[in-house]
Amino acid sequence: MTTVLHYVFAPGLLQSEEVLHAFLVGILVAVISGVVGVFVVLRGQSFVGHVLTDIGAAGASGSFLVGVNAWYGFISFGILAGAGVEWLGDRARNRDVATGIILSFAMGLGSLFLYFDTRFTSNASAPMMVLFGSMFVLNPGVIPIVTFTGLAALVVLLLIYRPLLVCSVNPEIAKTRGIPVRLVGILFMILLAIAIEDGSLVVGSLLSTALIIGPPATAIRLTSRIGLASVLSAGIGVVATGLGILLAYDSYLWPPVHRGWPVSFFIAVLVLVFYLLSRLWPERRYAQGAGSARREEVA
Amino acid sequence: MQVEHVLELNDIVVQFGQRTVLDHIDVAIEAGEFVGLIGPNGAGKTTLLRVILGLLSPNHGEVRVDGKSVRKRNRAIGYVPQKIHLDPDTPLRGRDLVGLGLDGHRFGVPLPSRKRRARIDEVLEAVDALRFADAPVGRLSGGEQQRLLIAQALLTDPKILLLDEPLSNLDIRSAHEVVRLVGRLGKERGIAVILVAHDMNPLLGHMDKVLYLAEGHAAMGEVDAVIQSEVLSRLYGYEVEVLRVRGRVLVVGGRDEEADVVDLLGGFHCGDHEDVMNS
Ligand SMILES: Nc1ncnc2c1ncn2[C@@H]1O[C@H](COP(=O)(O)OP(=O)(O)OP(=O)(O)O)[C@@H](O)[C@H]1O
Ligand SMILES: [Mg+2]
Repeated sequence: MTTVLHYVFAPGLLQSEEVLHAFLVGILVAVISGVVGVFVVLRGQSFVGHVLTDIGAAGASGSFLVGVNAWYGFISFGILAGAGVEWLGDRARNRDVATGIILSFAMGLGSLFLYFDTRFTSNASAPMMVLFGSMFVLNPGVIPIVTFTGLAALVVLLLIYRPLLVCSVNPEIAKTRGIPVRLVGILFMILLAIAIEDGSLVVGSLLSTALIIGPPATAIRLTSRIGLASVLSAGIGVVATGLGILLAYDSYLWPPVHRGWPVSFFIAVLVLVFYLLSRLWPERRYAQGAGSARREEVA
Repeated sequence: MQVEHVLELNDIVVQFGQRTVLDHIDVAIEAGEFVGLIGPNGAGKTTLLRVILGLLSPNHGEVRVDGKSVRKRNRAIGYVPQKIHLDPDTPLRGRDLVGLGLDGHRFGVPLPSRKRRARIDEVLEAVDALRFADAPVGRLSGGEQQRLLIAQALLTDPKILLLDEPLSNLDIRSAHEVVRLVGRLGKERGIAVILVAHDMNPLLGHMDKVLYLAEGHAAMGEVDAVIQSEVLSRLYGYEVEVLRVRGRVLVVGGRDEEADVVDLLGGFHCGDHEDVMNS
């Protein structure tokens, strides 16, 4: 029995402060990303999600130059970009062009920053941290603020849940109900930025959108109830992140070099596995809807 | 005897830059009345709805709901948009959409309760949408979505219901069903209905009055009194002719270059569809 436990929880797992921090922040990020992600799908904003990731990465690369924690770079660039994209325009076409231009500029800036990071500072590992995250080497100094912004984002999201839903379904109805559509849109962008940038810090900018897109995509294959989909999506993210951390910790004992595999790799694989499993799920909800309709018509 | 008007528009003027889109419009509508708002493209139908909804303040004039002057958006007015654009996989059921009419403007997460469910079921039944209430909205047909949107608006408990071109995505049969539904709900619940349409033909026999907009001017009254060559010619400011063919109305322009445009408004679309259906 104990050997089994040892196999799952490698020795020292829960004694390690880094691992506890990883669990705390990782699970929080997974919950926010899961719920925000359902709205991203609903609003058709996955492209903006990618943009926020890349722009956040530019900010993080810059933060090494000025000697502050990467989180500040991620979050400041992410929120500015999110608010900027929303402010730029209502018309989707216009918005995509504008977003694309800002995006390429940010990528250029990011590569310049990374070049300086590796050449002129002692942060040779900066690209690794930006791209793959720093789950196990989180600076304890940023954990309170990451936790706080994450929880605040979650609370605000639950608060504006219904007006946001109305705006996502139809902005005109929202306007006639007296909902400030513009404000809600900008607020949601800021929440999305927090989810993505907190995620970037932990699992890296390569993968933070995986937590935003993967679990909701899985959840909406299982249910057409929006509330249940949000809960499932958060749950799937939490399980993928938790298991990912466990496996990453275990992988310190694995070949080839006993230095550990990147946690983002495990999370990405688990997210994909869950999604593929959900595709095995029969498309019950459509069949059910049509079937019950027919039954009632006959009755 | 003085009639209580649930909605009054007094001397409304709306200008965009140099252009006067609504030029001194007066309208009065009674409770439970079904009004078809008809006019060519760009006549200002949507603009008029936006003024009533309080989304656009007119350059001049006032809107009175229940005798009280309103400047901003008003709870007593329900709005049904033309169409919602949702992906087929969107995780939103019909009843979730309808529920937004009840408490969509409130903070927080909707908590399920028996009372909430009963109120949603009641309007779903009223629009005959119970049978697809649990299906994802994005998978439903245009006519089914239209019913849900109407149910959603009913839950706001409106005295006035505004529908902007609800028929334009529907085939003839669904259009007739929606018109009949809206007419019945208005009468049963005493709700005044303003339904915007390009083509008045699906509304004939259902609407109590027609509100015809053209060139910034309006004429309102019984269909037979308003849809007359002289009345519409005065609105357009040039000769148009009203033709009645096999129970349908066609408005034909007198000036050559305008003829096609006005012609289409009268119901050519409608006629084409029906021929297809009959054949
Ligand atoms: N915000 C605006 N700024 C400038 N012009 C506007 C604005 N809104 C509407 N217009 C103009 O006012 C006129 C009336 O527009 P409106 O949308 O009310 O017409 P409509 O009768 O609803 O037409 P349609 O049948 O095409 O829907 C149009 O010429 C339009 O270009
Ligand atoms: Mg219009």
